[in-house]
Amino acid sequence: MSIVKFANVSKKYYGKVALDNANLELPSGKVVGLIGPNGSGKSTALKLMAGLIRPNKGAVTVCGKPAGRRISDEVAFLSELDTFYSFFTVKESINFYHGQYRDFDLDKAEQMLKFMQLNPDARVKDLSKGNRGRLKIALTLSRRAKLILMDEPLSGLDPIVRELIIKSLASFIDLEQQTVIMSTHEVSEIEPLLDLVVAIRDGNVLKIDEIDHIREEYNISLVEWMKRVIV
Amino acid sequence: MTGGFNETQPIYYQLVQKVILQIVRGDLKAGEKLPSVREMGGQFKVNPNTVQRAYADLERLNVVETRRGLGTFVTEDRNRLTQLREQLKHEKIDTFIKDMQEMGFNAREIKDGLNEHLSDN
Repeated sequence: MSIVKFANVSKKYYGKVALDNANLELPSGKVVGLIGPNGSGKSTALKLMAGLIRPNKGAVTVCGKPAGRRISDEVAFLSELDTFYSFFTVKESINFYHGQYRDFDLDKAEQMLKFMQLNPDARVKDLSKGNRGRLKIALTLSRRAKLILMDEPLSGLDPIVRELIIKSLASFIDLEQQTVIMSTHEVSEIEPLLDLVVAIRDGNVLKIDEIDHIREEYNISLVEWMKRVIV
Repeated sequence: MTGGFNETQPIYYQLVQKVILQIVRGDLKAGEKLPSVREMGGQFKVNPNTVQRAYADLERLNVVETRRGLGTFVTEDRNRLTQLREQLKHEKIDTFIKDMQEMGFNAREIKDGLNEHLSDN
């Protein structure tokens, strides 16, 4: 039932605490937002789920398995950084991902290219930042991964690209098979997409709540809730 | 705010209201098929779980019915649709009257004001 579980997880970087004895359990089939100030531990939490880093203490379980290197078979991770080869064309990047991941769905990739209005023959190095953002999303969502992790998917992109990305998340994710967890600062833009929010500050999980519950119970938006919980 | 939602009510609830408004206005006709969960999600930029929940509520209100494997359709029960239209009318008038009373207008003034406005247009 739960897709991600943190049990007493701590992570330090050179003595600086990024996560401090964090406990967290997230259900599958939801869109989850990780919110919190810069440096609160959101990216660290996502990287731990992706098996890209190891905790100093405690255990991270994803899809019922310990999150290590092999977990990338089931987890698609959208990094904040660009991770593709700049000498590839868009089409070649897709073929490369298809070779890398068994769950990569070529049909879906074609649909997503059309939706994102990307030219398959364009070279990655010639793409604008916005178009690289579109390509990154297309590559990530074309995998039929059980868990999709996104670190700041909207950050630094113009409103048109942001809207396209939000629409693609609403249309291309299959929540019967997939779960999405993303960190974001664009809280009010992302809010309509979310089922659950996790508030993090100073490496601690402060609160987990359902968006519908926040609105039903307190009649407030997520931004307002965030101010109350985090500040 | 994206998708034209307010910030204080649950989104599934606002989606229910939007669909009801479309039906009352006649944009969606009796027996007409609603967009699929996916299409609706894309259109309003909300996640499929939210659309699912809104459709389930509409079904509970007997406004739509889901036919297995075919999709979700506006009810063909004309009585229910007339009732829905009346219900919406009363709700709006109730809020209007409450607002007016709160500002200190009496029934006479409210009626006169309405008549004046309606004959102007």
